[in-house]
Amino acid sequence: MRHLAVHDLSVSRGGLRAVEGVSFTLDAGEALILRGPNGIGKTTLLRCIAGLQAPVAGRIDAAEDSVAYAAHADGLKPALSVAENLTFWSRIFGGKPIEPALAAMDLTALSDRPAGALSAGQKRRLGLARLLVTGRPLWVLDEPTVSLDAASVTAFGVVIRAHLALGGAALMATHIDLGLSEARVLDLTPHRAQPGAVARPASFNEAFA
Amino acid sequence: MLALLTRDLRLAVRAGGGFGLGVAFFLILSALVPFGVGPDRAALAPVAPGILWVGALLACLLSLDRIFALDHEDGSLDLLATAPMPLEGAVAVKALAHWITTGLPLVLAAPLFGVLLQLPPVAMPWLVLSLLIGTPALSMLGAFGAALTVGLRRGGLLLSLLVLPLYIPTLIFGAEITRRGAEGAAIVTPLVFQAGITLAVLALIPFAAAAALRVNLR
Repeated sequence: MRHLAVHDLSVSRGGLRAVEGVSFTLDAGEALILRGPNGIGKTTLLRCIAGLQAPVAGRIDAAEDSVAYAAHADGLKPALSVAENLTFWSRIFGGKPIEPALAAMDLTALSDRPAGALSAGQKRRLGLARLLVTGRPLWVLDEPTVSLDAASVTAFGVVIRAHLALGGAALMATHIDLGLSEARVLDLTPHRAQPGAVARPASFNEAFA
Repeated sequence: MLALLTRDLRLAVRAGGGFGLGVAFFLILSALVPFGVGPDRAALAPVAPGILWVGALLACLLSLDRIFALDHEDGSLDLLATAPMPLEGAVAVKALAHWITTGLPLVLAAPLFGVLLQLPPVAMPWLVLSLLIGTPALSMLGAFGAALTVGLRRGGLLLSLLVLPLYIPTLIFGAEITRRGAEGAAIVTPLVFQAGITLAVLALIPFAAAAALRVNLR
């Protein structure tokens, strides 16, 4: 089953073309890692695929409500406990139980702590545990391992592999080796927009939309 | 949607949530005006409906930027936008949560503050009724302003400037209901206008606010 197909996609950030002409597909059980230098447009590309931003050109084919997005901000409320935060997202996304997600990211012992009292790495683990309660097949992850220690990176690699084994798919922008030897790697460097040769100008609507 | 409502209410009553800010401001205003104008009933009673309504409006304005700003900062808004719930629904629920934490306490506390301002007792039910009908429109219009300014640093000033003109019809009819109630005049006309404004706002604004949010999330 195909979760995602991207055809000749171009995205822009702040009115400037970032990457262009990107095409790839992602089937069930596959993981794809995006690589490229800072500022090339990995985050923008992922936001487009998550539906938060419109692409300048090209097409994204994904089933409706199939994407679970995790970016730099984890969407946590410091005044709520770990369990309350996760329960909220679980209820928003359809009510999957939170205990397996807490266990998978090694947060069970912290479940009554306020999220504001967590360390940066623990917050990140909670943000990633949210992916498990969404029940969505396509994970779109932007630098998921920021501030995680080596053990947590390994644990997250296991979580991703379990997700893939259940027919899910994962699209990641990361510079760190997650131990996913089976993952394909797409280097965006050749797709960097060429400032001189603007064959397709950034959308007119960019300024007004 | 219920999950979002309960979360917002829970956040409002926990530390740093800002619950009670509006009522406190309303209390300060109602307590200070008699000192400034003088406690004389003849001086206070005619201006009481207007002052109470202006106070309620400013109290409402005070907490508007929190409707979306915090969710935008911590990334929740991005995640809500990708959730199965329509963004219009999220806007409506967040405006409802704002009304429950800000507008409803104002409605309930208004009779007490009316006494401070020498509002005639006969006008109290009309004051409560006009606030009950009018304050939901204030919260919903405020959600629209908050959605427009969500990405801006220190967007509070711009938010106030954008929202205040939209508040004026509600203010005029709300104060008019209370004034006519105090005089024992017929209140049907301003009441119907007030209710019409609120219903139109509740029906249309969630779509406008959700559109503004989508633009700001890019």
